[in-house]
Amino acid sequence: MGVEIKVNDLTKSFGKQLIWGDVSLTIPAGEICVMLGPSGTGKSVFLKTLIGLLKPDKGSIIIEGTDIASCSEKELYEIRKLFGVLFQDGAMFGSMNLYDNVAFPLREHTKKSESEVRDIVMEKMDLVGLLGAEDKLPGEISGGMRKRAGLARALVLDPEIVLFDEPDSGLDPVRTSFLNQLIIDLNAQIDATFLIVTHDVNTARTVPDNIGLLYHKHLAMFGPREMLLSSEEPVVRQFLNAQRVGPIGMSEEKDADELAAEEGQELPPLPPIPFQQEPSNGVPRRSQREPGAWCRDNGVTPPPGSFEENMSMTIGS
Amino acid sequence: MASTATRVLAPVGAAGKLFAFGLDVGRALFKRPFQLREFLQQAWFIASVTIIPTALVAIPFGAVIALQVGGLIKQFGAQSFTGSASVLAVVQQAGPIATALLIAGAGGSAIAADLGARKIREELDAMMVLGIDPIQRLVVPRVLACMLVAFFLNGMVTVVGVAGGYVFNVVLQDGTPGAYLASFTALAQLPDLWVGLLKALVFGFIAAIVASYKGMNAGGGPKGVGDAVNESVVITFLMLFVVNFVMSTIYLQVIPPKTG
Repeated sequence: MGVEIKVNDLTKSFGKQLIWGDVSLTIPAGEICVMLGPSGTGKSVFLKTLIGLLKPDKGSIIIEGTDIASCSEKELYEIRKLFGVLFQDGAMFGSMNLYDNVAFPLREHTKKSESEVRDIVMEKMDLVGLLGAEDKLPGEISGGMRKRAGLARALVLDPEIVLFDEPDSGLDPVRTSFLNQLIIDLNAQIDATFLIVTHDVNTARTVPDNIGLLYHKHLAMFGPREMLLSSEEPVVRQFLNAQRVGPIGMSEEKDADELAAEEGQELPPLPPIPFQQEPSNGVPRRSQREPGAWCRDNGVTPPPGSFEENMSMTIGS
Repeated sequence: MASTATRVLAPVGAAGKLFAFGLDVGRALFKRPFQLREFLQQAWFIASVTIIPTALVAIPFGAVIALQVGGLIKQFGAQSFTGSASVLAVVQQAGPIATALLIAGAGGSAIAADLGARKIREELDAMMVLGIDPIQRLVVPRVLACMLVAFFLNGMVTVVGVAGGYVFNVVLQDGTPGAYLASFTALAQLPDLWVGLLKALVFGFIAAIVASYKGMNAGGGPKGVGDAVNESVVITFLMLFVVNFVMSTIYLQVIPPKTG
């Protein structure tokens, strides 16, 4: 039914270079979260720290009462069985065909017979739309197929937590929205906790229940989707609306001169908040909230035009 | 000041990490389930890339030793010991060294390249996330395969080397076949064979450990893999020659040479 991830005061640096510091957030059980951030802000590092592939310098990550940051190797391997991870390029084992790749976790961790393995693998392959491609080697298929195959492998052990490392990088917009739909449907189906690391603003605006933004070596904001989409906070506003005006510059944060030059510049109005993408069968997900509920509960007026049918989806104007 | 200290001590740290990796592998050697399939595949693969080059290296190796030793011994007027001397040299030194060169150069580089490619494609991360220890799943079978192949290669080098020595001694240096064969056991003894095989095992172990370590810690894209392969071969060569020297010294101290 999904598992909560509690992150406290997490700090990570490579040598003297701080990647991010004092990151505290709680990823609620069963919900879809998106972690955003400009390129090079350590989003993937954050993901790898969550699964214990990298040790943080400080802080804790509590999953089902176990602190990943300080537990023993043995406990770590146990807790990782709760996870399914989709890596950037799928990370398929190059020497095996897709079928063996997806069957790999089952053969290693369960004592299922080959026919049971076959049933489960075929079910997952069907789920990601790869039936018929089982005998292909990872080198012979496109990047999008590799990603979907990676997703099938991540799902095969019925994980409680699924992590996506840039599921939309290198995919065309159509495939991206198919993949997003797949993510939503999966969440409705298995109720696991989802964390998506991306810098695709469109995904971030329509898919998740919660959004987090990593910027300038810290967590700028983390909260419900509508909170961030209606936020006037400069960084959040700039990033979620893909604008040039704001504190984020081309390489790093802008310096004082550039910011001063921008002062007084009229910011374009916040674009309307779009509807959250719904499961394709129309049945709401367990963690799904009514459109506008957060804004109403917190007395925030959403930007004009929000939650209306046929609203324009264009952003970054 | 601190940075100077860290820079000076960096090689110590690197050596320590390699040693720690070796210990991890040593511990994982006894963990079940044993990956028999991977082991057989790797053993077959390493054998297939090393057998022919090793045989081709072994022939001139044996011949050079036969020529050199034969020439020297002639000057001392002890031709009847030529066979014995070249057997001793091939079994104790040439065999393990030729094996080491080929295992490190052909087998080790293949291992480092394979694991390095898996590392940068995030396959190793994926494996760890799937709850499988890559050391146990990938490194242990490779280490054992390398040791096994090194053991047999050493035997092959010895046979081919001695045969090559025989041909050169008898055909080119007008030695008599009888004297060459008869003197085999005059100086050489059984422990020489044991130490040769032991060396081969140790060399196989070191080559596989260094190659795996370098491969698993490759970074920075395809160039990182190339660097890892390069470093692993160089480091292995250096270590193997040092270890060979140390083992030979200890052996010569512990086992008294046979007096003809």
